[in-house]
Amino acid sequence: MTSPMNKAGQAACLLIVLLIAAIPFAGEDYLIDLATEILVFVLFALSLNVLIGYSGNVSFGHAAYFAIGGYANAILLTTYGWPLIAAMPIAIVLSMLAAMFVAWFCTRLTDIYFAMLTLAFAMLVWAIAFKWRDVTHGDDGFVGVAVPAFLDDRVSFFYFTLAVVTASAALLWLICHSAFGKVLVAVRENRTRAGFVGVNTRQMRWTAFVVAGTFAGIAGAIFAMYNRGMYVENAFWTQSAQVLIMVLLGGMHSFFGPAIGAAVLYLLERFTNEYTEYWPTMLGAILLVILLFLPEGLAGLAAKVRSKLVRPGGTG
Amino acid sequence: MAILETRGLTKDFDGFVATNRVSFLLEERERHAIIGPNGAGKTTFFNLITGHLKPSAGQVLFEGRDITGMAPHRVVRLGLARSFQRINIYPRMTVFENVQVALIARDHNHFKMFSLGEPHNRDETGDLLHLVGLDAEAPEIAGELSYGKQKQLELAIAVAENPRVLLLDEPTAGMSPQETDEAIALVDRITRERGLTLLFTEHDMGVVFGVSDRISVLHHGEIIASGMPDEVRNDPEVRRVYLGESLDAPA
Repeated sequence: MTSPMNKAGQAACLLIVLLIAAIPFAGEDYLIDLATEILVFVLFALSLNVLIGYSGNVSFGHAAYFAIGGYANAILLTTYGWPLIAAMPIAIVLSMLAAMFVAWFCTRLTDIYFAMLTLAFAMLVWAIAFKWRDVTHGDDGFVGVAVPAFLDDRVSFFYFTLAVVTASAALLWLICHSAFGKVLVAVRENRTRAGFVGVNTRQMRWTAFVVAGTFAGIAGAIFAMYNRGMYVENAFWTQSAQVLIMVLLGGMHSFFGPAIGAAVLYLLERFTNEYTEYWPTMLGAILLVILLFLPEGLAGLAAKVRSKLVRPGGTG
Repeated sequence: MAILETRGLTKDFDGFVATNRVSFLLEERERHAIIGPNGAGKTTFFNLITGHLKPSAGQVLFEGRDITGMAPHRVVRLGLARSFQRINIYPRMTVFENVQVALIARDHNHFKMFSLGEPHNRDETGDLLHLVGLDAEAPEIAGELSYGKQKQLELAIAVAENPRVLLLDEPTAGMSPQETDEAIALVDRITRERGLTLLFTEHDMGVVFGVSDRISVLHHGEIIASGMPDEVRNDPEVRRVYLGESLDAPA
């Protein structure tokens, strides 16, 4: 997971981006919307995995930064009439600042205490979205987001999303495979040892948290415009759980795993909801399968299948 | 001036005094063994020095500077590296990465987010693996190495910090006699080549008397004797503590 990408990997990434970019040529509005929304969740899941997969800290409250980015972008664009070029960067910076503040407290703790504190802060963010009606419109939802004219049609918005998500994913990939990323994995593997080679492990975990929160803010800011609104549900713990399951389903010990997890879970949810009302049941079943049979997610399964094909009859 | 000194160092775990007013001097470039029965407080003493535990009273001085209660990562920066009694590596990273991470940290590059990690300190990592005899194992997953080789890897990680003082907590624990001999020869060579001061704990008396310039004996958290190997061996108090055990170096 820490070796840099080879030429074949780079070519595969380019091919996938080009294939996605070709989607509007199919001429199906439904497909374009679906792809746009999946891209947003791909970025959201990739951002969370910096914290879970690379730093080894599980967050139950990652939706907070998604919601802050989303609400801030929506409010600045709509209530204050700011242009996108100002609103979106400020929204992202607000997510980052919130992550910096929360991470300062959370990284004092580890394991379940860390996770519960992330949840507690996320519930505070939800409570603010719920109660601060003058600004967020509470449980009515902040609707009618003033999306800039140049993004007002489906195809332009899709390409805008694809560009931002691709650039963000590339940046996240670099961060995860940087000198910082390598040492971060060492902190995950053995915090004590990392401390004894001169690494301030708390500061490393804090930085990973801030990176995760910032990129979740980018995903949230796009989501608010795509959705033409933000709702308190987007800050609720169920939203945090959804992205957490995306990461687990895809595989947290792989950089691209969570992207696959996001796409698969989103599609499953869409199709299940079209035919039945039993999505929560289905979600429970998916979670059971992951935890019992796929501890390394779909990416781990793919790696296993690949090693079987390379060495037929092998026990790997 | 001693390179490392403790003054009245005390650690009280809710009434259990694991380290009791220990005043201790480590001279530059000496090889100093801390011995004592199980539970004598050897590991606690190390943890107090390296900042893993905060003392209840007393001081730790490194090159005359008070480092009492300093965080481990800052103590390491001053030039005090350690290995652990139990294996303490990054089990799911490669052998190469285990050492490389220590070098990235030493060079203060561990917050570089936009510089690929792979090319950092490659040559030096190779040199260190060569030093401890793990060249061939570089691409292997560290957790899958044999016990002896994991210990060698630990040593490479500790030395990667370019320390002035190396603290080894039972470097031969759990090793076969042959592995013990090899491990000690390795420690001996590295400390000589690099001019390191060595402070170590050890149960194997052959190793202790073979390597040390000075020996201190810890018993119930107190230092009961400290001196040249012969002085310590003939100390009646030490003889009493080690009743029934041979303190004589093997012929």
